[in-house]
Amino acid sequence: MSKEKLFMQAINEALDQAMEKDEDVILLGEDIAGGANVKHLEEKNEDSWGGTMGITRGLMPKYGRERVIDTPISEMGYMGAAVGMAVTGLRPVPELMFNDFIGFALDSILGQGSKMRYMFGGKATVPMTVRTMHGAGASAAAQHSGSYYGMLGSIPGVKVVVPATPYDAKGLMLSAIEDNNLVMFFEDKTLYGTKGDVPDEYYTIPIGEAAIKRGGEDLTIVTIGKMLFVGLEVAEILEKDNVSVEVIDLRTVAPWDQETVIESVKKTGRLIVIDEANPHNNTATDIASVVSDRAFDYLDGPIKCVCAPNTPVPFAANLEKLYIPNADKVLREAAEIIDDLKA
Amino acid sequence: MSGKAQRMPESVSKVETSFKELVDLEVRTATDTAVKNLTSDKAKDMYKNMEDIRNFEENAKRYFAAGEIPGFVHLYAGEEAIATGVCAHLTDEDYITSTHRGHGHCVAKGGDLKGMMAEIFGKATGLGKGKGGSMHIADIDKGILGANGMVGGGFGIATGAAIRNKYKKSDRVVVCFFGDGAANEGVFHECLNMASIWKLPIVFVNENNFFAEATPQWYSSASNTIAERAVAYNMPGVRVNGKDVAGVYETAGEAIERARKGEGPTLIECVTYRNHGHFEGDEQTYKADFGEEKEWADVDPLNVFREYAIENGLVTEEELDKLREESIKDVEEAVKFAQESPEPEPEALYEDVFAD
Ligand SMILES: Cc1ncc(C[n+]2csc(CCOP(=O)(O)OP(=O)(O)O)c2C)c(N)n1
Ligand SMILES: [Mg+2]
Repeated sequence: MSKEKLFMQAINEALDQAMEKDEDVILLGEDIAGGANVKHLEEKNEDSWGGTMGITRGLMPKYGRERVIDTPISEMGYMGAAVGMAVTGLRPVPELMFNDFIGFALDSILGQGSKMRYMFGGKATVPMTVRTMHGAGASAAAQHSGSYYGMLGSIPGVKVVVPATPYDAKGLMLSAIEDNNLVMFFEDKTLYGTKGDVPDEYYTIPIGEAAIKRGGEDLTIVTIGKMLFVGLEVAEILEKDNVSVEVIDLRTVAPWDQETVIESVKKTGRLIVIDEANPHNNTATDIASVVSDRAFDYLDGPIKCVCAPNTPVPFAANLEKLYIPNADKVLREAAEIIDDLKA
Repeated sequence: MSGKAQRMPESVSKVETSFKELVDLEVRTATDTAVKNLTSDKAKDMYKNMEDIRNFEENAKRYFAAGEIPGFVHLYAGEEAIATGVCAHLTDEDYITSTHRGHGHCVAKGGDLKGMMAEIFGKATGLGKGKGGSMHIADIDKGILGANGMVGGGFGIATGAAIRNKYKKSDRVVVCFFGDGAANEGVFHECLNMASIWKLPIVFVNENNFFAEATPQWYSSASNTIAERAVAYNMPGVRVNGKDVAGVYETAGEAIERARKGEGPTLIECVTYRNHGHFEGDEQTYKADFGEEKEWADVDPLNVFREYAIENGLVTEEELDKLREESIKDVEEAVKFAQESPEPEPEALYEDVFAD
């Protein structure tokens, strides 16, 4: 059975089913239940916030505070603890409320969790899934709006997932939790309220596989996270000009699906990558580099990257709107590589 | 090792669930002599300041609800006595670091009301040209090193400013404001330790409003009070009634003087209450209709000071009422200024990433 569900419900359902299936799956983070040691809530076995965005709501009442652990504001401590839990056999799912707080927790990921297996000669596994939230568009300003999946994806030993639809969110979350590695799962705060069909059953979507969300012949657009919707909008517009666009939702940023992207570029000869990260050393530039290496002879023009500018995220709503890649910006780049196609 | 084996200290009883027990732990209030150090002008300044904060926050609340202020707004109303009582000792030369709940600190440190209001409205005339917003209000010229969206983000910056002051042999001090939740970040430990070993001119001012988002302090802190943690850093730790501006003023005065004289840091825990939601829109289901918290919640620091100041002959009721009206007018003007100010120009997006 499949029903229309919110993105946030899809994630909640995935966490619920993962916890149901495996008693070693344990959530920890700040206010993921909320109201710890508050008498009237304890008496009724109720949670409070269920996460700042309510994503983990209802899981504490169902699984108890031993498995849905509210932590003090101690990211370095509890993220490190998650690594320790994972390497000793549990399957923790820590939440870093906003990906912008990564500085407080980074050693656990960069210095410890990602390197243990390698350093210890393959004798350790660190099966943990870090849930975190990213993205501009909510007037949350410079310290709560960044997109740092690319930065984290550049660390060997870390897998990075960025879903764009409720269906993908659930399937990828279940894969991430099953995965025996350190996976970072990025949730765009502006997508939580979006809807889509989500099967009720437990299912997984392989990490590392992109999805062709729209087939096309003339231009490949690769998107990350909510940029999918910009890509689809551009495809609609260009269809009217008889340009057929293939839109690929990357879904996994590390390791990203080189085969799907390269097959597509071999067909279309043109590539635009839309990435909400800042423009340098990000996933888009990495894709451009790999594609120009592996598919150079098939390219009919330069690879274009449409990214956020090289600035922090501004607060003022008019500036924030300018910051986020949009259809106009993509169309401008498309015009540069499609002109000769029309001729 | 020689000598007798150390005995473990007798276990301290940890308050697990009760708000009341924590509030009722010993706090310091203004001593009888505090009033001697308060001139009538100082009393008026402090009252006007608390009114400014209150009115600023009430307007922030109103215009957030009306949709004119975007993003997150964390209100400081109810905690005015802390920022006011502490900053009353500081000049523009001294530094503060603030928090996500920072409007009060910035008002108290002399932040321009118009520039602040325009900032939270996201306007070009804001202190940060509309690019920072509520959580990032700053005014370097006034020694305000920024509100901060990172919980615990101020500790390091404040410590660094104190190193600067010591190195430059200036008598400027630094005040680092932080919440009960922030006290659980590792950087709290690192910075209090460094400040103490280097005898830095800094005062760590904890605002214990008993909540960090939806998590009560009696859950998140292993020590019943924040002040007692000072023992580990070999610095004085004082717990003061954070709704009593005269008491905060007196306590902060001693700590700031100590810092100015090069005698090192102090940790002050100001006991207060978060009267509003964590942010605007928070349903606060973790507060039981305020339950046993209500009595303490209802203590209004502005009224406390009105009574104190009148009783001690520092000001008259009419003078206080006049200050209240002035404040209402000042904040109304700030709102008008913010509303009438333009949005930032598009080019502003790219400016101020690097210095020249
Ligand atoms: C590093 C970091 N972790 C978590 C958060 C999310 N957060 C914002 S405010 C807050 C609670 C802070 O509580 P406290 O320090 O007591 O300050 P109060 O809100 O009570 O003034 C949390 C967890 C954050 N902004 N930064
Ligand atoms: Mg607090």
